Amino acid sequence: MYLLVIFLPLLSAIICCFFSRWIGFLRAWQISTSLLGITFCLCLMIFYEIGLSSTLCTVEIGYWFNIGFFQSPWGFLFDSLTASMLIVVTSVSFLVHMYSGSYMEHDPHLGRFMGYLSLFTFFMLILVTGDNFMQLFLGWEGVGLSSYLLINFWFTRIQANKAAIKAMMVNRIGDISLTLGIALIYIYFKSVKYAVVFAMAKEFEFSNFYFLGFNWNTLDLICIFLLIAAVGKSAQLGLHTWLPDAMEGPTPVSALIHAATMVTAGVFLLVRCSALYEHASENIRLLVVIVGALTAFFAATTGLMQHDMKKVIAYSTCSQLGYMVFACGLSFYSVGMFHLINHAFFKALLFLSAGSVIHSLSDEQDIRQMGGLARLIPFTYVFIMIGSLSLMGFPFLTGFYSKDLILELAFSTFTPVGHFAFWLGSLAAFFTALYSFRIIYYVFIGPINGNRVVYSNIHDAPTLIAIPLTILGFASIFAGYVGKDLFVGLGTDFWGNSIYCSSINTSTVDAEFLPVFFKLIPVILSMCGVATAYLFQTHSLFTFKTESQVSVILFNFLNRKWLFDRVYNEWVSQKGLWFGYVISYKTIDKGVLEFFGPAGLTHLAKNLSRFSTNLQTGLIFSYAFLVLLVVLLLLSLTLFYYYEIAIIETFCIAISAFYIFLFVDRYVL
Amino acid sequence: MISVSVISILNFVLFCIGIFGIVFNYSNLLSILMSMELMLLSINLQLIVMSLVFDDLVAQVFALLILTIAAAEAAIGLALVVIFYRLRGTVSLKSINLMKG
Repeated sequence: MYLLVIFLPLLSAIICCFFSRWIGFLRAWQISTSLLGITFCLCLMIFYEIGLSSTLCTVEIGYWFNIGFFQSPWGFLFDSLTASMLIVVTSVSFLVHMYSGSYMEHDPHLGRFMGYLSLFTFFMLILVTGDNFMQLFLGWEGVGLSSYLLINFWFTRIQANKAAIKAMMVNRIGDISLTLGIALIYIYFKSVKYAVVFAMAKEFEFSNFYFLGFNWNTLDLICIFLLIAAVGKSAQLGLHTWLPDAMEGPTPVSALIHAATMVTAGVFLLVRCSALYEHASENIRLLVVIVGALTAFFAATTGLMQHDMKKVIAYSTCSQLGYMVFACGLSFYSVGMFHLINHAFFKALLFLSAGSVIHSLSDEQDIRQMGGLARLIPFTYVFIMIGSLSLMGFPFLTGFYSKDLILELAFSTFTPVGHFAFWLGSLAAFFTALYSFRIIYYVFIGPINGNRVVYSNIHDAPTLIAIPLTILGFASIFAGYVGKDLFVGLGTDFWGNSIYCSSINTSTVDAEFLPVFFKLIPVILSMCGVATAYLFQTHSLFTFKTESQVSVILFNFLNRKWLFDRVYNEWVSQKGLWFGYVISYKTIDKGVLEFFGPAGLTHLAKNLSRFSTNLQTGLIFSYAFLVLLVVLLLLSLTLFYYYEIAIIETFCIAISAFYIFLFVDRYVL
Repeated sequence: MISVSVISILNFVLFCIGIFGIVFNYSNLLSILMSMELMLLSINLQLIVMSLVFDDLVAQVFALLILTIAAAEAAIGLALVVIFYRLRGTVSLKSINLMKG
């Protein structure tokens, strides 16, 4: 059962990628969806066995590397962390598979699409189930590869190509960092297995490593590397630019990869390595908090002014990932994980609903071209409403139980950084509500702005789209309430040994006894966000907003994503390309190396031979002069026979004499 | 009595004049032939002086042979110059430049 969970998606990928031509796209869709359905059921059973019954399962099926001390087995570790990730990955993946059958119905490459989706699921499962860092890395790279293939699914579109390359390259920065981290882990722990590394983490609390001219604490350095890896994969501030661009892929891809699974891999890494982070110095955790809080705030503000429906949701993903990361940084790994699970449900719901809207509007993505859809596609409206309310933490929906808990906990650490995270997170909650309702207003409530032809062909979600929406809708309402006591309840032993949290950093209880006012701040701010969104859209008082110079600047700043892309393009990418062309290509490769290498040598030989042939001018007196010179040279050679230095001097004199002769020959005669 | 070294230096000067006559002569083929005669004559003179110094007749024999060779060489050279003149209508050295490296 345990291995079946991993290999059924692989089987599905193989069948869809290689045989869909023969079995037909419909059959490929049926097979992959049913295989994923079976996988999901198996994962439910695993969750029962591992999570609810508190057991642990490890499967080792041989060695990947077995070289001296470096042993990396093919091992699959199923603990409660893995089991909860499995639920998230396979449920969302199963629903997305089902959804794609309708959404991608008329696509000529449906078989390939299903294959890639299954391949992605397979790699994600490898990532979460691996019991060592090498296997995690395999899954890590694999999901990067699959995301490339999926973003680039419509490979004839240049934007999709560029977005896919960008996703791959930006992720690769984090991947390099992860490789460094794993290498460092191996250097110190002499093993890449989780069991060994996490058990020994305390031993290396005070060891040092010399890197980049600084003497680092080893665990700090490892944690920084892993953090950068998580930043790349989870689209945190700095390496977030790939995520919004990755919306070029089909919508189910965005739902699967960029909402529910792939981007959560970074948070999963942080949670998985909780033992390392807990033993590293406090500054590293503060760094994690700051990165996460800034991301939450940044992405929420950027989401305000985007006009592409999917990009708004992408920024909201980015923002929510920020919450998870700072929850991890504050040592509330279980809470971060809980938010990850809840977020997967409501974000997948939001993306799939957005896909439904886009589908019904003949692939229109710009919210300014929509409007008044509430009465035309009420079903989708209901689910996007559920998703948005859940996202903004409306009381007693899923998001409320994790997001507000994160903010409460951030406040109850009573440290400056905790409060920094709390206020940024609360502001982000305000903006989250603002942009969620901005979308809802633009798409469903506001005046109709679209094309009449599009509107006359409108249709609500077909069955295959409706089923996943319904399931995810129910999950978005109830998952938080159902899972609350299990995942983050007071004194729950669900996580067992899969998450380590040092007792000094635990302050879960404090959050329970906060003043009610502070507990209500996020909710109040969210409600204010809704009201602001409504007022901005409807009230004439706010119409000045488009004319004022300040608001134009502000709008441009937010619409252009805080100018991150511009700075990166102009100061990093273009400089990099310039360096690659001018310095390493023109100066070094074509310049120095060619000059002193083959081209230079042939050139030299050619020039020398031309020089020596030019000596023979055809004029008698030049020959006579040369003969005289050479005779003198030979005579002086005999003269200076015993003085080597003199011989060299004579040669130099002879050569300069030749040059003088040439000069005379060319310019004087 | 003029010393041997003075005569030798004089011969060397004569030889150098001959060489420079060849090297720095850019126009006239005849003066090259004359410079070559001058070089041969200076060599002859040096041979005779040395024959006197070492009291040995071999050098004088050589001098006589060189005189013969110089005469033959002058005859052939002049013949070539005449033929060249017939072909090109000039004896300028600058016109002998058809064979380049």
